[in-house]
Amino acid sequence: MDFDLSEEQSILKDSLDRLLGDKYGFEERNRILKSDTGWSAEMWRQYAEMGLMALPFAEADGGLGGGAVDMMIVMEALGRVLALEPYFATVVLGGGFLRLGGTAEQRAALAPAVAAGETKLAFGHTERQSRYDLHHVETTARPDGAGWLLDGAKSVVLDGDSADHVFVTARTAGGPREAAGIGVFLVDAAAEGVSRRGYRMQDGRRAAELALDAVRVGPEAVYGAPEEGLALVGAVVDRAIAALCAEAVGVMGAMHAETVDYLKMRKQFGVPIGAFQVLQHQAVDMYVATEQARSITHYATMMAEDDDAEARARAMHAAKAEIGRAGRQVGEAAIQLHGGVGMTEDYAVGHRFKRMTMIDLTFGDGEHHLRTLAGKGGLAA
Amino acid sequence: MDLRYTDDEIAFRDEVRGFLRDTVPDDIRRRMVDGEHVGKDDMVRWTRLLNDRGWAVPHWPERYGGTGWDPMKQYIFLEELQKHPAPSPLPFGVNMVGPVIYTFGSDAQKARFLPRIANLDDWWCQGFSEPGAGSDLASLKTRAVREGDHYVVNGQKTWTTLAQYADWIFCLVRTDPQAKKQEGISFLLIDMTTPGIEVRPIVTIDGGREINEVFLTDVRVPTENLVGEENRGWDYAKFLLGNERTNIARVGMSKQRVARIRELAAKEMSGGRPLLEDQRFLEKLTAIEIDLKALEMTQLRVVAADAKRGSTGRPDPASSILKIKGSEIQQATTRLLMEVMGPYAMPYAQAAEAGWNEPPVGPDYAAHAAPAYFNTRKVSIYGGSNEIQKNIIAKAVLGL
Ligand SMILES: Cc1cc2nc3c(=O)[nH]c(=O)nc-3n(C[C@H](O)[C@H](O)[C@H](O)COP(=O)(O)OP(=O)(O)OC[C@H]3O[C@@H](n4cnc5c(N)ncnc54)[C@H](O)[C@@H]3O)c2cc1C
Repeated sequence: MDFDLSEEQSILKDSLDRLLGDKYGFEERNRILKSDTGWSAEMWRQYAEMGLMALPFAEADGGLGGGAVDMMIVMEALGRVLALEPYFATVVLGGGFLRLGGTAEQRAALAPAVAAGETKLAFGHTERQSRYDLHHVETTARPDGAGWLLDGAKSVVLDGDSADHVFVTARTAGGPREAAGIGVFLVDAAAEGVSRRGYRMQDGRRAAELALDAVRVGPEAVYGAPEEGLALVGAVVDRAIAALCAEAVGVMGAMHAETVDYLKMRKQFGVPIGAFQVLQHQAVDMYVATEQARSITHYATMMAEDDDAEARARAMHAAKAEIGRAGRQVGEAAIQLHGGVGMTEDYAVGHRFKRMTMIDLTFGDGEHHLRTLAGKGGLAA
Repeated sequence: MDLRYTDDEIAFRDEVRGFLRDTVPDDIRRRMVDGEHVGKDDMVRWTRLLNDRGWAVPHWPERYGGTGWDPMKQYIFLEELQKHPAPSPLPFGVNMVGPVIYTFGSDAQKARFLPRIANLDDWWCQGFSEPGAGSDLASLKTRAVREGDHYVVNGQKTWTTLAQYADWIFCLVRTDPQAKKQEGISFLLIDMTTPGIEVRPIVTIDGGREINEVFLTDVRVPTENLVGEENRGWDYAKFLLGNERTNIARVGMSKQRVARIRELAAKEMSGGRPLLEDQRFLEKLTAIEIDLKALEMTQLRVVAADAKRGSTGRPDPASSILKIKGSEIQQATTRLLMEVMGPYAMPYAQAAEAGWNEPPVGPDYAAHAAPAYFNTRKVSIYGGSNEIQKNIIAKAVLGL
């Protein structure tokens, strides 16, 4: 095992940290947050220039051939500054479907534009009563000539309001909760029958409700086998969970650092509050939790590209459960140790806490993953 | 020892329930159930309904409008209010400055302010905390200098809850900068319309508008608005903070929220079944209920002890237990309620913003779950943080 970054990875990390350090201070982020789109087209362009969008795609598809570790580096850096751009939805989710489910033609049609930052993607899977179950799909896909006719609705589609194309799951056969009979379809957001309602989430990021009303797609819109798409969804979502864990580690690390700084600076009773041992110990607990989160994220990153789907899924359950627990602990303590200022929009710590909470709710909260893994007999079974 | 409510107490509880059922306006109750903010108009409307019944300030002495209920009945009343749910009386007037005025104030102050508090004719806010004086409240710097029959006040208060609605603010101000820090503080009542007062909102992490900064620049306050004696304000503040024992744990509110969690977890599905049937979820909910039952009994022990010996008006370390456990349970319930909503806790509802008329995303009860979780982080920070409460117990109870 080697936990050191390669030279290329160090360069990626340093240059991204430098860019975000220059351009993504708290004030600047607030300005972006309050803009109409809620994210920065200029930053998006710079990410593309740095190769972040091309990162995971194969060189043959116009990409850089980066792996899970590279994605971890990027997501952690974006998490540290609470970046608002639709990177996760486009590159990790959408890019995941392209990479793992796309035929050579499908990739050729879309990957270069995504890699260049020209096209944005999203993934719609949540339905009214699906909660976190990816196999709960009531949206239907009926054969229609050579193509398909899609009907249904998807909720809380991350960055679904700015996406040009949205991958959606739809049922080609079977009942609403059957694993078989699920297909993955790429829908043009401007297609007839697609309606979207965009909104802000609790952490300022964007999402959309997506309604599909007799939306016609061609045969080229199907990714993977139309009746066996769930494995593809699992493969994409597992990688997405590893990436989210990395983002969470970025958020937690920043919350911890900020809290320690605050303990040194804030004075009450004539001393820095960091002199109170009970607060020192809470800061240490936050530190331990953050390091544990970092470690489980390394584990998730290591397993993200594993071919054994079952082992990979278990690793992600473990990681997401631990991240949920640790993130909550670190976030709640960070607010508490900041006192009143932790409760205000004017300090970064509250924004981080909110992002952390939303990460927990994305692709299953910690409770869901703990339950699921326990239901499978645990990590080792 | 007889741990059951007496027949008289049960009859009283039923009377309160009947009153609430008949009197609480539906729209206010609905807002409370949904966890929405209850605005000024609603508070005034509701307080006047209470006051019409003679129940706006139950724990005050009868000559100032109180009910003469013993502490047990006062507790039952508040718990029923919170369970219904209906808004608890605005604490700044009813629980904070009112008792200070009737205990330490002049006859003129009593006559002028107390009836207006009971009817919410005056909305009060609490001007204690400052940017540099939070947990270490006694280090406050806002200065009041006597000039003839006025004090001239300069300084800044912060975190002032609902100051945007306030007609009056009660402030701790420094009148003797030479004295030891607790000894140079006075308790002033200040009309919010006095020139030199500026209120600036602070937005909380849930997007709420409930706290403010209050700037005081050459604010002239008639000396008749000094409560009690000059430089004795710290004693009155300690009295005020220690006075609060019946409502601090918010048992009724947590009960209401537990009931709400049950109701909504039966509607939201998990793994193809109602979430409420999920073993792990049920265990967590049950653990909270158990903790809450124990807290309720702790609360009743404190109330009963108060009833026996009469309230001492001195800070009681028992308040600290109630504050610590009460806030932890409030936080646990809002957290679990958010968990019930699953992905639908994520959208931010702009319902409160003008001109927003879009339907909710997902079920209509989901929108306030995450904001309530965020907002409830405050309860372990304000009114003496949980760390400070533990310091108090360590010192006063454990002798450490
Ligand atoms: C939503 C909200 C509403 C409020 N409303 C009002 C109001 O209406 N009027 C008003 O006057 N005030 C109000 N407050 C202020 C509140 O009382 C203070 O926030 C509180 O006293 C804590 O002070 P602080 O925020 O300055 O935190 P600090 O005192 O700076 O505390 C920061 C951290 O240090 C810890 N700490 C401090 N001292 C010690 C110690 N000795 N040992 C161990 N730990 C310690 C604290 O527990 C906390 O975790 C409100 C606060 C909030 C958040």
